[in-house]
Amino acid sequence: MEQRTTIDKSFKSEPYQINMGPQHPATHGVLNLLLTIDGEIIQKVEPDLGYIHRSIEKMCERDSYQQIVHLTDRMDYLSSNINNEAVCLVVENALELEVPERVKVIRTIIGELTRISSHCLWWGIMGMDVGALTTFFYGFRDRELINDIFEETCGARLTMNYNVPGGLMLDIHPNFIKRVKKFIVHFKTKIPEYDKLLTENIIFQKRTKGIGILTKEDAISFGASGPVARASGYSCDVRKYHPYSALDKVTFNEALRTEGDTFARYKVRIQELWESLSIVEQLIDNIPEGEHRVKTNAVIKLPKGEYYQKVETARGELGVYVISTGTKSPYRLKFRSPGFSNLSLLSHIAKGGKIGDLVAIMATIDLVIPDIDR
Amino acid sequence: MTNEALQGIISSWFPNPDADKVSEITENSDVEDGSEEQPEAQKSINPSLLEFIEEGSQFLNVLVQPEQFYALMSQLKTNEETCFDYLFCLSGVDWGEDLGVVYHLESTIHRHIIVVKVKTEDRENPNLDSVCDIWYTAEFHEREVFDFFGIKFNNHPNLKRLFLTEDWVGFPLRKDYVDEINMVIK
Repeated sequence: MEQRTTIDKSFKSEPYQINMGPQHPATHGVLNLLLTIDGEIIQKVEPDLGYIHRSIEKMCERDSYQQIVHLTDRMDYLSSNINNEAVCLVVENALELEVPERVKVIRTIIGELTRISSHCLWWGIMGMDVGALTTFFYGFRDRELINDIFEETCGARLTMNYNVPGGLMLDIHPNFIKRVKKFIVHFKTKIPEYDKLLTENIIFQKRTKGIGILTKEDAISFGASGPVARASGYSCDVRKYHPYSALDKVTFNEALRTEGDTFARYKVRIQELWESLSIVEQLIDNIPEGEHRVKTNAVIKLPKGEYYQKVETARGELGVYVISTGTKSPYRLKFRSPGFSNLSLLSHIAKGGKIGDLVAIMATIDLVIPDIDR
Repeated sequence: MTNEALQGIISSWFPNPDADKVSEITENSDVEDGSEEQPEAQKSINPSLLEFIEEGSQFLNVLVQPEQFYALMSQLKTNEETCFDYLFCLSGVDWGEDLGVVYHLESTIHRHIIVVKVKTEDRENPNLDSVCDIWYTAEFHEREVFDFFGIKFNNHPNLKRLFLTEDWVGFPLRKDYVDEINMVIK
């Protein structure tokens, strides 16, 4: 008995700290997490941010509104079109500029395609993070088709800069409608494939079900938005509550689940793929004729006042808060980024889990670091 | 709920909110509800506790004095009629002379939005109350404001730099910040 106590003493467990990242593949970018762990049980997760902070908000204070649009691509680069749209909308609302119906419809189509492309990439990486390498290739295969469509119309594959205050930089390419329709047909056969490959995989389900549970109350209090919040039963889709562009003309269901665990967040995104596809399908045959842009002054000066615009990016609610004093640059511009708020709940839901669980949780929170660091 | 109705409810929490009631300053000593939560509000007889501004913004704006700030925020969250449970944007602003914070609040039940502003004139040692315990999301956002504007939040559990390194000098998003090497001025 005496001997036993000595052994226990020498193997006494105590919490210690390890670094995860900034070069860890599962952190999807330069994010450093300082983990306090006891054995393999996580006690605390402390994110250390700022590795790629460029101070976009300060740069905005010296730039013109047309230039600011370009900076937003570099925040959440997977939702770049939706970010562009947010700044354009805030400028147009402030100037009380009515953009043509054609612009609104094209913006919504491109926005939803961006969401599909972002979720494809997320799905590929989600599988890879929990050990299924094949999904990475499947996800990128389908994402590539959308990137090709963007390349033809916008001239770029990742940072499109397609939206400008007042409309679109160029009209759509003549092939655009044909190629999008082809993509819809193709992708409808692929989502069931995704389900067969990963969703129904028993190992995957064991890795994700019941892991990292977030309650609805906590989701609201942490300011969660997007699929992370909707998986906890918190209905928060900006497209439903504050519709912008052509989103008031389409019907779609908000993907909602109540479990709040990692698997629910996964399922919400898969459901969103279907919903986005349906939105594109409703609009693609009904693009109104007309101008692709209204003329604005070369130097845009917003009237004195404060403006706020929220949009739903692939990650959640992006807010643009502009304080204008009537000059060509904003006095203060704040981006409320979805990733930043979603990151703040990581420690809360990862507590008590294992490091392997943390990787699965981070995959479904879908962090994009430039969005957090801005 | 309309902005007028919101304004009415919020005014009723503070005995002397508006300039048009200045004559009643000395009479009001009783507060309607939540009295144990807001002792400062009870004590104060300042007529300009709150200021409502609707001009130049799509939302109802409330400018509140730092002393009443915490009491107002906790009322906004807990009161059943307002129920602002979603703090969706928290921004630090340098207004030139004043430093301050702007809070965008939404109710997930009633779906109304309000903007609360609080300012401090002290640029050397600005101090405001933290709302971390009301909305969890404020913890990170307040650290961001501290990092870039140097506003200290009382009762914040972990107030330190978030993006910048610990040894960084100055607060970059202030208007008087100078960095000749890294900043390109046009």
